[in-house]
This record gives sequence, C-alpha cells and structure tokens, in this order.
Amino acid sequence: MSQVNIVSRRQFLKSTGMVGGAFILGGALPGCSEKAVESGAADVAKAAAKNVISELGYFVSIASDGAVNIICHRMEMGQGILTSVPQMIADELEADWSKVSVTLAKGDPKYGHQSTGGSGSIRNFYDYTRKMGALAKDMLEQAAANRWGVDKSAVKAENHSIVKVGTNEKFGFGELAEDASQLPVPDLDSLELKDKKDFKIIGKDVKLLGQEKIVQGTATYAQDIQVPGMLIASIERPPVIMGKVKSFDATEAKKVAGVVDVIQLRERSLPMNVWPSGGVAVLATNTWAAHQARQKLKIEWDHGANAAHNTEAYKKDLMANVSKKGSVARSAGDVYAHEYDPNKTVEATYFMPYHHHMSMETPAATAYQEGDKWVVWTGTQTPQWGKRMVLEELGLEPEADADKVELNTTLMGGAFGRKGKNDFTIEAVELAKATGKPVKVVWTREDDVKHGFYHATAANYYKAEVSDGGKADNWIQRVSHPQIAWMFNPASEAPDTGAMSQSFADNPFDLKNLSCEAAKTPTHLRIGWLRAVHNIHNAYAMGCFVDELAAKSGISTQQMWLNLLGEDRVIDPTTQGFEGWNNYGNNDEAHALSTARMKNTINYLCEQAGVNEKTADNEGWGISYATSFNSYAAAATKVRVVDNKVEVLEMHTAIDCGVVVTPDRVKSQMEGAMIMGLSIALKSEITVKDGAVEQGNFHDYVVSRINEVPELNVHMVDSQEAPGGVGEPGLPPIVPSIVNAIFHASGIRIRELPVNKTLTIA
Amino acid sequence: MISFTLNKEKVSYDVDPNMPLLYVLRDVAQKTGTKFGCGAGQCGACTVHVDGTPIRSCLTPVSAIADKSITTIEGLADGEKLHPVQQAWVDNNVPQCGYCQSGQIMSAVALLAENASPSEADIETYMQGNICRCGTYPRIKKAIQQAAVQMQEVK
Ligand code: FES
Ligand code: FES
Repeated sequence: MSQVNIVSRRQFLKSTGMVGGAFILGGALPGCSEKAVESGAADVAKAAAKNVISELGYFVSIASDGAVNIICHRMEMGQGILTSVPQMIADELEADWSKVSVTLAKGDPKYGHQSTGGSGSIRNFYDYTRKMGALAKDMLEQAAANRWGVDKSAVKAENHSIVKVGTNEKFGFGELAEDASQLPVPDLDSLELKDKKDFKIIGKDVKLLGQEKIVQGTATYAQDIQVPGMLIASIERPPVIMGKVKSFDATEAKKVAGVVDVIQLRERSLPMNVWPSGGVAVLATNTWAAHQARQKLKIEWDHGANAAHNTEAYKKDLMANVSKKGSVARSAGDVYAHEYDPNKTVEATYFMPYHHHMSMETPAATAYQEGDKWVVWTGTQTPQWGKRMVLEELGLEPEADADKVELNTTLMGGAFGRKGKNDFTIEAVELAKATGKPVKVVWTREDDVKHGFYHATAANYYKAEVSDGGKADNWIQRVSHPQIAWMFNPASEAPDTGAMSQSFADNPFDLKNLSCEAAKTPTHLRIGWLRAVHNIHNAYAMGCFVDELAAKSGISTQQMWLNLLGEDRVIDPTTQGFEGWNNYGNNDEAHALSTARMKNTINYLCEQAGVNEKTADNEGWGISYATSFNSYAAAATKVRVVDNKVEVLEMHTAIDCGVVVTPDRVKSQMEGAMIMGLSIALKSEITVKDGAVEQGNFHDYVVSRINEVPELNVHMVDSQEAPGGVGEPGLPPIVPSIVNAIFHASGIRIRELPVNKTLTIA
Repeated sequence: MISFTLNKEKVSYDVDPNMPLLYVLRDVAQKTGTKFGCGAGQCGACTVHVDGTPIRSCLTPVSAIADKSITTIEGLADGEKLHPVQQAWVDNNVPQCGYCQSGQIMSAVALLAENASPSEADIETYMQGNICRCGTYPRIKKAIQQAAVQMQEVK
C-alpha cells in the first residue's frame, strides 16, 4: 500500500532497518556524472540489514523488496505536490504506484530548485523532475543489461521490473537496485523522456500519498515537532513595523510556573527583508505557560514612524494617486489625445483592502544544536533560502559551513505564500542560540494575524470609451499599492515590473490607444506574496471593468471579453514598451500568452456553467477571466440578491493549465480558490490603526465557513500545452465574477471590497 | 495530578489544572494529532470528544475533564482499520493541507453519532464551527454522506 514518510528520510531508512548505510550516489544534477561512492557504513549496514536500501540519484531509493521511496523536493502546503512529484518520477521509472512512498526533502541545493511558490513546481520543473525517474530507470536497465551480458538497448523497464526484450526473463527493481546504485550516474542530457501517450501515472487519478496519516492525526506539521528538553517560545512583537522595545519588565511573567527565561530578541538593521521583527520572548516548558506569562510582560514600545499609518487615510491616498497620470509602463498610441464621449465612457476606481493568508496552522519552527551541528525543523516554502538565513544568523559561511546546518521540513498546514518568509524559523534559531537549549517558537493566531506579510491593498483606476461594435479603442489603467520590493529595498517607491506583470501591464486586449500607469506609493506594512499576489486586485478591477463596459455597450460580458481579446494571436507586452514583462519567468514559445486559449477558456466556462440562461429577476450570473502563472482561468458565479442581501448560489471555474499531472489536485485547488475568493470578495479585510493591524482572529478576519459555500464546479480544458501553474491561477477571476454577479442580480455596482461594507451576506 | 482516560488508556498528569486540554494533549501527552488553530473556540481544529461529546480542547481546562474519557483523532481507528469517517475522507481525497482535518473528522463523527443520516443542511449547521482555509468543504459534505451510508450498512 502506498504510504508516506513525511518526517525524514533518515527515519525512512531507520524504519526499514538501515541508517546511513546504503550506497550513496552523487550527481543527479545537470552536468554532474560522478562515480558511485560507497559510504563507509555500507558494508556493516549491508550485513546487518536484510532489506537493503539503494539510492539511485538523489530522488529515488529502492529497497531489496522492491519498495520505492521518492524524495519530494518541493514543499507541501496542501497543493498535493507530495503526490505529483512521485507521480512524475514513478512514471518515468515505470514503477508500480502501489509500491511507491514519499519522503519530504530537507533544504539542500543538491535537489535543485526548492522554493515552492509562484505555482512553479510542475510549471517550471516538469522535465527536470521526470528526468530524476528516467535516471533511476537508466541505472536499473544498465544493471540488468550487465547481468545478462547484453547491451542496454536489449532491455527495458516495465511494471517495476527490467525485462529482456523478446523473452520472458526479467529482474524486479528490488533485485537490481543494489547493483544499479553502484553504477555511474548517467548524464541527464543523455536521458530520454516518455511520450505523453505512454503515461501510466502522470495525468491519471492515482491514490494520493499522505492522506492516511492526515486522517489519523499522525502527519507531522511544524507545530508538532517535539525534542527532549525543548522550551516553547511565545513572542510579543512590536505592534508597528520597525518599532522597538524601549524597556520591559518581566518580573510578573517570570513568576508563572514553567517559565524558564525571558529574552529580548535583537533589533535588526534595515531593510527588514524577511528577518524577525524583534520583541520579547517568554520561554517555558510548555505552550500554555509561555502564552500565559507573555500576557504579564510589561513592555514600553517605541512605535516609530509607521505609527502614522491608518487605513482610512491611506485608502484616500491610494484613490487620489490613481486619479492622476502616473508613470507609464506600457503604451500604444495616445490615450490623452482622444476626446472621450461621456455617454460612452466608463471611468471607475476599484479598491481592495489588505488581506492575510490565515493558514490554519500558524507559523512554528524548532531549532537545536546536536554536537557541532545545528538542526532546524520548520514548515517553510523556501527551505534553501531558510537554510542560508540560518547560516547567516549563526555567523557561518554559506558554502563552507553548509554541512553545519541541517534544515528539515515538515508538511505545512496551509501557507499561501506566508511561509515563503522564514522570519519564524530564524526566531527559533536566535532563541536556541541565546538559551543553549532546543527551542520551538509557536505563533498564536493573534501573532499570525497581527505580524503577517499582507496582501497589498490597492486602488485600480480604469477609463475606456466603448465603440459601436462593442469594443474599445482608448483605454487608460492605473494602479497604486504598497510594495513587496520595499521589504528588500526601502528605495522601492512604486509598483515594479514584476508586480505589473500580473494582470496589469500584460493587458491582452486589442487596443489602439493604451496607457498602463503606476503611481508612487509609500509602504508602511510588511507586504508579501499571497496566493496569486497582485493578480488578485488587478484581475478584480479589470474583470469588473470589462463587465461595466459590457453593460455600457448592451452586450454580454462574454461577448465583451471576446471582442476585446480580438483575433487569435500571441501577446507580447514588450512591443509596447513594457520591457520588464516577465511572463512568470517563462519568456519562451511554449508559454506564449495566447488569446486563442483565453477565448477558448472563457467560452468553455460559459457553456459549461450555462451563464446565458434566463435567470429569475433577483438572480444573476457574473463571469470573469485572468491569465496568471502561464495558466488560463475563467470563473462564473450565480447569486441572488433580495433586500440588499446576497446569497451565492453556484460557482464554476474553467482552467486550461496545459498538461495535467494530478487531475484531482487541480480540481481541489480550483475548489479552494473559489472558497478563498468568496472570503476575499464578501467579508475579509485587514485594517490598520496607528500602524498596528486591528484584527486578531477568525472573528474579525472572517473567512468562509461550510454553510456559506455553494455548489462548486470545476471544468478542466483538455490541453496538451506545456504545464502552467495550478495553486494560484484559480483565484484571480473569482472575486470579479462574484461582484459582477451581484450587479446582474441587483443592478448594484460594487467597487469597494469587501462586499459586506455595502450589502448583507446571507 | 489529573487523571482521565485518553483513547481507552488511563493517564495521569501533574499539570496546572487551568491548562487547556489542548496543551496537555500536545505538549504533555505528546499526542499532536489534535491541532491549534485559534485558541479561542472559533475554528474547531482542536475538537476532541469527552465521553462522546465534541468539545473545543483549546478552551477546556484540563480540570474539567478529570476522570472523563477523552477520544482524540489518534483514538478513532481500530488498529490498522480506519474509522468509516476517516475512510470516507481518504476515499473522497478530502484533505488538502490536512491541518484542519483532525477537528473536522472529530466533529463529523460526533454528528453521525447524533444523526445517522444528516441532510446537507444538517451537515452545514453542525460543521459550521470547523474552518478549513484550504476550502475542502464540498468534499467534507460528500464524505460525511458516504460515511453515513456505510455506517448504516454496517448496522
Ligand atoms: S483551536 Fe480550539 S477552536 Fe480553534
Ligand atoms: S485542509 Fe487545509 S485547512 Fe483544511
């Protein structure tokens, strides 16, 4: 039966009777082709263990009973990569899925790119990951060929065995693994990948790995790590970013039974980057004591300049910023030479508040010293970045000392971008170093909500005049929002090209005159990536604006999208001066921005959802569309509005994400995106008063509950294109589809989110 | 010293009687299947059963459950055999990140004990206290309905 081994590879080896033995092969990375290296313990271990585990490259190990364990080097936060990576590798390996288990990788550059974000695990590493399976297969084939004394071309892998072509002779993987592991690792360029039509595991509905452990409560998350003698740290952080501790009194806190120490975290220099923000930590023998004692701390803060940050005033500034011309990122013709006919022109400014990830698991990390090595356990999206930060924190050299830090990863109980930042990991290291004891830092929900890296609040302005055919020739769009880049470079003062590449200056419409402009906007809160990032507010504004243009023209929103998108063609925003366009890192032909795929996705959605049906008077459909992370996604929502009360009746998403590896997890990501979109559209909001976040828990940063979620439908476009992203692209079209549906049901146009500021939610 | 039954085993711990059961389970008993989500009774991640009744362990002082019988997610399966609700969760691929699911499952088991064939509305009402940020609600509904059918058949 498929099983999962999430804690560590070492434990896998332990549980199967081998520790640190086996045959370690180097060089699974491009360009390396090292000889097999036998580890010192191998012979001893071989004698001691019946079930020998052999490693074929860095990703595959095979036990002599044929059990295959695959390293998942990308991090799991609910998107299902823990199944998808093994699927890609097992298919190329010709493994039997029922014999495959998975182990979550440590942070280690030997695995290649591990930063799990930007919906990139399959989108960017589809071939690379499959090669790790092809590599192991190649070694097994060579081992079999050697046994038979034939050329490798006379053998092939088939159903967990290597067969001698044209005969009934075969060796099971388990029989060959040990020999195979001693062969040179083949050059990656020499490996051929399978043709799509031969896939047996990729794209199929396989049994997901890891689910049994989750439903039994035995899966390990960062909050669950236990180390003998560890202290639990609960930290009071500065309420305002860049604030400082002036003084503190821990007398009362120290009287709480179980409290061992109270330590002020050090002040850090700017830029903040993603380092911890300081504060005062209470360390205790249990979580309860740490939290209780923390409430008894008396701290005097120096809040600093950001204490002047208030949501209401800031919102006015953003709205004002986009009311005037900004710096032009992309343009065609001259939008300002045109005289706009007020009867045909729509001018609208859309506002979205700050948002928070609200992962169910709050951040946690554990650090301790084991001999002269530091061991860290954390739930992070960026294990290698995290490890580099740990090395820096400890004053160690990034490369020469890399072996002195072991960064182990756990499942993440949700992340959505938040856990790409390792501030919490470093807090654990800082406190473990200061106390000389193992320390687990746990964040309360209030810590999480008040000290996050928020989704940028934004104002988006649009102006266009509709022409007679239900199109537009003159189009102005502007955006103002605080910046993620400011975290790393305080000189960042306006949306950068990366931000504007997200459903803004990559505008796909066929427009004679166009101006895409960004406004200077100061940043006063930690801003971070939240699932789909700037696409959320940009696609919301643009999706609503297209709906407004359709209404102005008296045509369907579907037709307006088709008209604006125009002929089938490839969009290249750099031709109109948007030099910084990054197409999510894939400026290649395989990921070209295609209006044909956009239109196809929109049409497929409308047909599947039945958005053109006649609805009751107080009901309406809203649709929207967004391209992001090289995937094409459209959404439709049906609502009923009675007496200013909104009830969401039905939601649909259509996605063309190219070739699919794990169909069920594409579906589950779309479902999750619809529900998150529902929260963002209807009720969630982060506000700031005197520099501090006002919300603290689920009662005031409100997210959707089971009784608020309607019937959800996912329609996958059958596509043979290069894989696009999945974790994020579902979200951007959802919010505008809901807001547009409200208009079509009630005639009420909402340009300011969340909707519950204007209407009641059923 | 506080004694209670934990997943059919008698246990005693020398802890602050005010300590919420959640932290006794996680930090002291080292049963980490029960999760912290809010610490305020708002999310349901910490749901366990006390003599069969679901409670939020983050708000329940351990003294309140002295001498009672606690079932956590770890105590649901019968050895290797998953509880029908757990099995329905696996069959429907319910978990995404999985973090909320211990609480969801404990609530669902309690629901089915009270109401053997809940309607969709019954499920929505009963399960409202359990948040899933990943958005697994539609599958939770399906899984509960499947488990209901299976548990009826077994009877
Ligand atoms: S942790 Fe107890 S209800 Fe949320
Ligand atoms: S599965 Fe992630 S919070 Fe529910």
